[in-house]
Amino acid sequence: MSHLLEVKNLDVKFDTDEGRITAVENISLSVDQGEVLGIVGESGSGKSVTAKSIMKLNPGNTSYNEDAEIILDNENVLQFTSKQDLKKIRGGKVSMIFQEPMASFAPAIKIGAQMVEQLLIHKNINKEEAKSISINMLKRVGIADAEKRFNQYAFELSGGMRQRAMIAMALSTMPKLLLADEPTTALDVTIQAQVINLIKDIIKEYQMGVIFITHDLGVIAQVADHVAVMYLGSVVEKGPVNEILKNPKHPYTKGLLQALPDINNLDAPLSPIPGNIPSPLDRPTGCVFRTRCPHHNPEGKDGKIEMKLIEVEPGHWVDQCGIKCGQNG
Amino acid sequence: MGDNLISVNNVSVNFDYQENFISKKQKIHAVNNINIKIKKGSFFGLVGESGSGKTTLGRAILGANKISSGNVIFHDDERDYDLTDMNKQDLKEYRKKAQLIFQDPYAALSPRMTVRDIIAEPLEVMKITNSRQETDERVRDIASKCRLNIEHLRRFPHAFSGGQRQRISIARALVSNPKFIVADESVAALDVSIQADILNLLKQLQTELNLTYLFISHDLSVVAHVCDVVAVMYLGHIVEMGPSRELFKNPKHSYTKALLSSIPSIDPEKRSEAIELKGEIPSALNPPPGCVFKTRCPNPGVDCKGGEIKMGLIEVEPGHWVDQCCAL
Repeated sequence: MSHLLEVKNLDVKFDTDEGRITAVENISLSVDQGEVLGIVGESGSGKSVTAKSIMKLNPGNTSYNEDAEIILDNENVLQFTSKQDLKKIRGGKVSMIFQEPMASFAPAIKIGAQMVEQLLIHKNINKEEAKSISINMLKRVGIADAEKRFNQYAFELSGGMRQRAMIAMALSTMPKLLLADEPTTALDVTIQAQVINLIKDIIKEYQMGVIFITHDLGVIAQVADHVAVMYLGSVVEKGPVNEILKNPKHPYTKGLLQALPDINNLDAPLSPIPGNIPSPLDRPTGCVFRTRCPHHNPEGKDGKIEMKLIEVEPGHWVDQCGIKCGQNG
Repeated sequence: MGDNLISVNNVSVNFDYQENFISKKQKIHAVNNINIKIKKGSFFGLVGESGSGKTTLGRAILGANKISSGNVIFHDDERDYDLTDMNKQDLKEYRKKAQLIFQDPYAALSPRMTVRDIIAEPLEVMKITNSRQETDERVRDIASKCRLNIEHLRRFPHAFSGGQRQRISIARALVSNPKFIVADESVAALDVSIQADILNLLKQLQTELNLTYLFISHDLSVVAHVCDVVAVMYLGHIVEMGPSRELFKNPKHSYTKALLSSIPSIDPEKRSEAIELKGEIPSALNPPPGCVFKTRCPNPGVDCKGGEIKMGLIEVEPGHWVDQCCAL
């Protein structure tokens, strides 16, 4: 069966004044219908850049490698250049929800008008129909008084409600793939729980594929089916959520889990990952994590082991250098 | 009052609010009738959602917000300072002894000043040191305590990562040798591994420099890890307060229970056990009468629904206080 989305060997590079930066290197991922792929990693690990490549939203100084493919619905998104083609993916087949809903809505245009506008672009319907679809969608995401909210501005809504409106807007065009970039990070825990439940219900109902980006492993455990752990532009470990969180192999994944304060185990010390994430301008050769790896093996430390994912259990892939280090402790 | 450093007695903070110039003046009840005692050397946690009044209370204790009623006493070795009745000289003294660490290390540091100047500024403003040499010495001393590289003091903040910047803000707060630190969401903007690093640093500095913290955070698992006493705030009121282990193991108030259950569990097999709170925190312009949590309470009794139970803490176990609406 072909996947809904398949990313193959993707490199993303930015040309900057200080030189060419490798933001993402050799990433391969896939998402099926009705499946949630979680991407975790620290800031600067390339999570958002990967997601934005799928909609070709990266800025003008971006270059992709020639043999990379992003296959969505049997079409290679990276080949799209015309406005007509890009329109199909941006908001059509793919929708995105962002971390900060206040920054995503235009402040001086009513929420309803923004929802109707995008429906008119992507669907062959008239204004009245677009309005009724929008209001129904607002009701579906649990906004009380949807008719009233339709005529309000983003600043008149509370944080949680704004995020719901954002989700309603993203879903109203019935995308096949939803990209959720830290959608719950700015929310309080109780509201976060509401939004997570809402997203889960909606995935079930509409059977769309989702890429869920977050730095919070707890949120990943709650929503994702599969997880990819990213570090400095590379996927270091990926697999089913249960495997990754309960049986992590790569020292970076282990480090992330140990740094997380666990409310059920208050005696465990918080152990940070030593050192700092290197600048993407001098990305380490070989294993990207070797400069901070606490259990490095001699060859990996010298950068002699190339990055390559190896399947250690069915569906559970780990970088080969990480496997060696993982065995050390 | 021997072992307390800060006593907060019946403190309320109100803000005036006027929608436009012809409408009636209203009052926002940001913080209501708070009583807390912060022991010397403790790591006091203040948790709650946005809009619960945590920051306002923290700022009131520092004298950065006007206190509408009640008072805050700072028990120094020689004398007590009453924050509501302080002259300029006292306030200057108090500022040396109580400092604030902010949330966002990117916004808190001036991009045009070197790290040395950023850390030295409080010393110069408060006229603590007399010569440049002395200033430099203290800057270097505190910088190395905060695990900053002394060689980097001449650089500008843009050259540093988020975690290093947060260490610079900590050094700046500690340079005047304070006794009391308010850390307002100081790890919220950081990645988990850096967060763990900063929390460990705060803990280490606490023992090294005899500090007392008021640690404001919305992240319960962080608070549970570092704090010894925790107060849970909701809509300007403390609804539950106690030793952190006791409180997290045995929460009594429905709001604390809901908050705890909302923390996403790291175990993928334990999904959606959250007690879902409906709706959102009501406006502080007209808080509900009686128990402020009753509009979202998952299991309100008949009495609380009617708003007949007033807000007030009751001691259920030694040191563990719960709002009476849920304690009864």
